[in-house]
Amino acid sequence: MATERKHAWGPRKDNVLIGKSIQRIDGVGKASGAAKFSADINTKGTLFAKLLTCKLGHAKVKSLDAEPAKKIPGVKGVHLFKKVGDEIRWDGELIVAVAAETEDQAEDGVKAIKVEYETLEHFVDEADLAGGEKAGRNKPAGENKKGDVEAALKTAKVVHKGHYGIATISHMCLEPHGSHCEFAGDQLTAHLSTQNVSGTPGQFAEGMLMDAKNVTVIGNYEGGGFGSKFAIGEWGLACAKMAKELGRPVRLMLDRATELKVAGTRPSGFIDVTIAADADGKIVAWDSHHWGTAGIGGGGVALGQIPYVYDFENQSRRQTGIGCNVGPNQAWRAPPHPQACALSQVAIDDIAAKLGKDSYDVFLKNLPSTGAKAGVYEEEMKIAAKEIDWKAKWHPHGQSPDKGPIKRGLGMAMHKWGGGPGACNCNVKVHPDGSVETFLGSQDLGTGTRTVIAIVLAETFGLPLSSVKVNLGSSKYPNSAGSGGSITVGGVSGAHRRAAQDALWKIFDLVAEKYKVSADNLAAKGGNILNGKDVVCTWKQACGLVGPMPLEVAGKGPVQDGLTNNSVGGVQMVDLSVDTETGLIRIHKFVSVQDCGLIIDELTAKSQVLGGLIMGITYALSEERIMDNKTGRYINADLQNYKLARIGDIGELVAIMYQPDSEYDRGVVGLGEPPVISPGAAISNAVANATGVRVPVLPLTPKRVLDALKGGRA
Amino acid sequence: MRNRDDRSQPPTEGPANQAAKLPSATPGGGPNKPPPAAAVNRRDFLKGSSVAVAATAMATAAQEAAAADDKQVTIVAGAKPVKVTLNINGKATDVTVEPRTTLLDCLRNNLNLTGCKDVCDTTNCGACTVIIDGKATYACSKLAVELQGKKITTVEGLMQGQNVDQVISAFVKHDATQCGFCTPGFVVAVKAFVDANPGANLDQIRKGLGGNICRCGTYDGIAAAALELTKGKKAADRLIAPATAIASACCHGSTCSKGGA
Repeated sequence: MATERKHAWGPRKDNVLIGKSIQRIDGVGKASGAAKFSADINTKGTLFAKLLTCKLGHAKVKSLDAEPAKKIPGVKGVHLFKKVGDEIRWDGELIVAVAAETEDQAEDGVKAIKVEYETLEHFVDEADLAGGEKAGRNKPAGENKKGDVEAALKTAKVVHKGHYGIATISHMCLEPHGSHCEFAGDQLTAHLSTQNVSGTPGQFAEGMLMDAKNVTVIGNYEGGGFGSKFAIGEWGLACAKMAKELGRPVRLMLDRATELKVAGTRPSGFIDVTIAADADGKIVAWDSHHWGTAGIGGGGVALGQIPYVYDFENQSRRQTGIGCNVGPNQAWRAPPHPQACALSQVAIDDIAAKLGKDSYDVFLKNLPSTGAKAGVYEEEMKIAAKEIDWKAKWHPHGQSPDKGPIKRGLGMAMHKWGGGPGACNCNVKVHPDGSVETFLGSQDLGTGTRTVIAIVLAETFGLPLSSVKVNLGSSKYPNSAGSGGSITVGGVSGAHRRAAQDALWKIFDLVAEKYKVSADNLAAKGGNILNGKDVVCTWKQACGLVGPMPLEVAGKGPVQDGLTNNSVGGVQMVDLSVDTETGLIRIHKFVSVQDCGLIIDELTAKSQVLGGLIMGITYALSEERIMDNKTGRYINADLQNYKLARIGDIGELVAIMYQPDSEYDRGVVGLGEPPVISPGAAISNAVANATGVRVPVLPLTPKRVLDALKGGRA
Repeated sequence: MRNRDDRSQPPTEGPANQAAKLPSATPGGGPNKPPPAAAVNRRDFLKGSSVAVAATAMATAAQEAAAADDKQVTIVAGAKPVKVTLNINGKATDVTVEPRTTLLDCLRNNLNLTGCKDVCDTTNCGACTVIIDGKATYACSKLAVELQGKKITTVEGLMQGQNVDQVISAFVKHDATQCGFCTPGFVVAVKAFVDANPGANLDQIRKGLGGNICRCGTYDGIAAAALELTKGKKAADRLIAPATAIASACCHGSTCSKGGA
């Protein structure tokens, strides 16, 4: 061949599918209920398992008798997670699982179990630094200094001291964690609700003391994970063990309360910060100490992400983790950026107010300290400001022109994320009849992974989407990374473009030989192989040249070949009202301007952004884990008292994809995490703008708003 | 006392909609839901549990639950299974269930109609929404044995072979699904709402669909799908409440390639 063949995306203007708004290919299956989730698997003979959990914050098992459960009609077996003498470290710890013919009978079994506990001292007040110290729960989690903070504070024009915070939230996956496990001989098939199809067979094998080759994990659909579904969990292992022991399939999904308590939380953060700026609004010093909890081990919001996005010349940062008797954290969409953003960018907004400057100008003024993304941020700020009409609507904090009790305000924040490609192996088959399919052990969490893959293959081969079948969600397919950290879209699109181009070049060579044309000039478009503008043959005819068996090409990634990239920014602005009599906040308009490299499917990309905004509105306004200090319990672990936004709560959302050619040229970058980062700070800043008062801790519930208003100006 | 088990009112007057009419229709005020009502869960009562969490405040709930845990819970096993005939998606369906079995468990576990999902099992989230005699109903709020002679439509009834209901098509068009777990319940809720409220505007849609929860954040697409089905009114008429309304008919904002309003 004359020309060097190099993996690359085609010219943007030539794309038929890539970058367009394409409906997701599994949409009908999901909307019609035909899509089977792990929680839906109900093969013949399936037993249903229910859990006994301990509802104390800290305790020891004094006595445990699960035998009465076995006498309950329908109960077939029990699995003990704890034994007498074991420590219970937080509300919701699993004690016993009961498997029975029906869910009701399993619940009967759970209720028949006799258990006694010795109550131990607990600590659950994650906001209480002094209390944590007194209880011996505080653990230093690092500190970091650069420049000369003290000197900078002395020469600064203004200095602001602030306290801010953001509560713990739970992942609240609507499909709880769990699985359906079934043995056929020594072969385990686990339908697992997971973000990690390829990575979980080994977890079952290790726990079951069996060979991983005998484990198949299936995860065709997953009802939400958000970072919490990488491990099979002790409940997953219990499900497999009971299936093995009882010789029956077992389905064990966590109940709602247990899902909230133990299956994943996002750490809290609280911060005392001193921030200083010069007369021009340039921030010259940052001095902070933040704390919070990620669970019994302390932990919390990583030090390195404070102050968020900005990196000031003079900085001093310190972190303390508070070990609390609360369920363990798991990665929650963009860890720990939403908290870091909410703890940092509120202080920037407050010092802007203290300087008497427009918040926009201070965020802008300090962009050079954000590094390589400064130019993108500036462009995104302009676009967002225009969309929300910032210059016309902004007023100094607390000087809303509204006469009545309802005050309107604007706020902004900005974020960053990596989103580089994850590992992906795929096996692409081009059948002699021209149809195409691919196999990979990845998963579609609802982000549109299947659709993205189909688009990449169809675009590359010049076919309609209907000619392509995407097979994912089985651990028997080629390994693919777990889906977390926005690495999936880059991973799968890069690997599939490579495989598809490799396959296409082989087909071009066959066509060139058969039809005596140069392979260099061939293109696959509209179901034909073209030589310039001339049709050489149909796609099907070309594929027939491969022989009786399909052409099979392996795709790999990540590869540093320009198909994928990493690093995104993003700016969000919100326009809202605060009812100063009731404390209610109402979103009018929420604008997101998001860069993410080359967009494969604009429709599902925008859905990721809109979903991020809605999750962001939820944790900014209503969602939080509430621990009862007296009992050590998670007291709102249900869908009634754990407040998620509903369809009437979200206002107008505008998702603007920042897509100059320079972004297309970067290649594909992940998008799942970034849009959920900024809402907390943006909404808090808008409330401060509306009322002139900083409501220090998220979520901004009516009570917190009213308390702050009673306390006067921040 | 609000009966938590009863969602059998017409869609426009169901608890979800009552909730949406409360002044606190923002997340800050408790997302579109009334405060916890003191209520004995009928199903738990029938199931034989003495642990009926009745609480007007969450702290109270914790204390009462703690007290309940301390008691030896009396087991009252369910009565013997009985055979009932249910009219599901136009077909007479025989099923043998215990009297305490909810419609949700019956559909999912006995009949393998798994479109309705078990998410909260406490009539809060709408993931198990079905239509009973034309009314959107939480399947977790009904016992299977009480539904003989009623006409039950599940999400599976909205797609017979290649015949796909327009609600499903509208959901796909507006990308009103992400993980998809809440989606079937929302599809059924939209179906019931649209049938009962042809011509509803966006504000009414947002109030009428307040009984369902999505975690991924697909509300924008769902509202757009529902609006397409109600055909809306004139664009201007949709903006009856500028504070809450989406300014355009399209879920994807002013830059959407499908155009705005």
